[in-house]
Amino acid sequence: MTILPKIALMGLIVITAGCTNPDRFAAGANDANDAAQAGVNDPTSPLFFNQTIGDRVLFAVDTSTLTDEGKAILDGQVGWLQSNADYLAIIEGHADEQGTREYNISLGFRRSNAVREYLVSKGVPATRLRATSYGKERPIQVCSQESCYASNRRAVTVISLASLS
Amino acid sequence: MKRFLIALVALMLAGPVLAQSGPLRLTITDGVIEPLPFAVPSFEPENAEAAQVAADITRLVALDLSGTGLFRETPASAFISAHSSFAQTVAYPDWRAINAQAMISGAVTVSGNQLIVKFRLYDVFSGTEMGGGLQFAGTVDGWRRMAHKVADAAYSRITGEGGYFDSRIVFVSESGPKDNRQKRLAIMDFDGANMQFLTDSSALVLAPRFSPTGDRVLYTSFASGFPRINVLDVTSVGTRQLQTADGEMAFSPRFSRDGTQVIYSLANGGNTDIYRGDIASGASTRLTSAPSIETAPSLSPDGSQIVFESDRSGTQQMYIMSASGGDARRISFGEGRYATPVWSPRGDLIAFTKQNAGRFHIGVMRTDGSEERLLTASFLDEGPTWSPNGRVIMFMRETQGAGGTSSLYSVDVSGRNLKPVPLPNGASDPSWGPLQP
Repeated sequence: MTILPKIALMGLIVITAGCTNPDRFAAGANDANDAAQAGVNDPTSPLFFNQTIGDRVLFAVDTSTLTDEGKAILDGQVGWLQSNADYLAIIEGHADEQGTREYNISLGFRRSNAVREYLVSKGVPATRLRATSYGKERPIQVCSQESCYASNRRAVTVISLASLS
Repeated sequence: MKRFLIALVALMLAGPVLAQSGPLRLTITDGVIEPLPFAVPSFEPENAEAAQVAADITRLVALDLSGTGLFRETPASAFISAHSSFAQTVAYPDWRAINAQAMISGAVTVSGNQLIVKFRLYDVFSGTEMGGGLQFAGTVDGWRRMAHKVADAAYSRITGEGGYFDSRIVFVSESGPKDNRQKRLAIMDFDGANMQFLTDSSALVLAPRFSPTGDRVLYTSFASGFPRINVLDVTSVGTRQLQTADGEMAFSPRFSRDGTQVIYSLANGGNTDIYRGDIASGASTRLTSAPSIETAPSLSPDGSQIVFESDRSGTQQMYIMSASGGDARRISFGEGRYATPVWSPRGDLIAFTKQNAGRFHIGVMRTDGSEERLLTASFLDEGPTWSPNGRVIMFMRETQGAGGTSSLYSVDVSGRNLKPVPLPNGASDPSWGPLQP
């Protein structure tokens, strides 16, 4: 978070050096920066949920067991969902590429369901939560090594406003 | 295995001097074989318009046959006789002298967009014609199909088995990097020609499966954000969602042998089981009820049994149960995991994906689990599909690493003749359709 003002400042300097009307551009840059800051710092924002609470938990190879670290993140999600009742969540389960397509879809369902059941057990109404799975179809890291696989074996809680659903 | 695979008759290996004692027959057994030499003199163009297409058809017939690995073309440069006329008498000694065991003769007529192809097949060493002459009528645009039909007839007469050249494959065409891959359904001839897209890339689509007659395709779509089964009409390219009870989270579909029902997997919470649904009414029946993952069902050719994968033992293994559900018996007991079983059209073999020690294999075993044989090995081989005659398996191979891409390969059920299917884009999840009428 602390690097953000520096980036904004550097942007300002560049713009000032290259432009005869620096104030107009500087104002724009600050506005955009303020908006991003507000999202991250606003505890009711989806951005806060994704970045500060944590929208995902990771799993060991071929398991859907929640780790202690995962449960801590999910406890944070429970608190957020309880304070922000206007939001629904779809939990997306994912697998790494080391497995066959159909099985990985089922494994992803095990993972998203494990998260859903945990959130429900801590008091989030089941009606606000749906679970799906993308199997191995949506990796976020593309290397064929454990360092990437570990990030891809995940369940991501994707929130959306109930009024938009 | 001996019933299926090829072994040349000993006579064929004896060389050009010896005559056969019986008619030409390539009997398929397990032994490593010398491909059977054949000659295809250029098909006779019966009018001027037919000249180019006659030459193209001749080349494709030769390519189809030699592409099987079971036949080897004797080049035209070795010919003693030209056999430039379809009607002329065959100069058998000239073909024997260059050791061509079979000779294929043809003639082509073009009128407007109509194409007529005639062909005859000769057993050189017996000095006789094999079967009668055949004639196929089609369109000039569809000349490849006419060539495939000639090659199928020749293949079938020599091996005594059905052919597979005039068939199509539905698959997933892929483009883009691994973390933003676009997938579209596509259809192609068995050799990769005439590829056409069936869907756009707006939604993730997986694992298309041909109907028994090739008129429809079942596939899994993520258009809603949840896997659902769609059925697509191949001719109109119209698509509709399959109505089954709680159809959300349904995937891994296959048609029943009569094309009226679908067997598929349904995820309910973290559990996945196998169901059978009626395509017209949407009524469905649950066939498995274990708390484990049951998926990838495939019916036996007579429709009485289902082979599927389950991790009820702790890892993925293959099981067979009655088509109406009930007790299942495990058939895979080797090291590693066994997945994506597919029953062969002949009924006696199961093709599968095996994962062991960090490698993937395509393999086959008998339905009782005996005689397991691995046909391939790579970083990721997956998803076998059988040619209509049960002789060739096509599958997906994905390469390793950040730039990894998928492509289709075919391999003879004996493990020989592994080769890529030439396609412009990445490809996965092939499903081989029937021989076309």
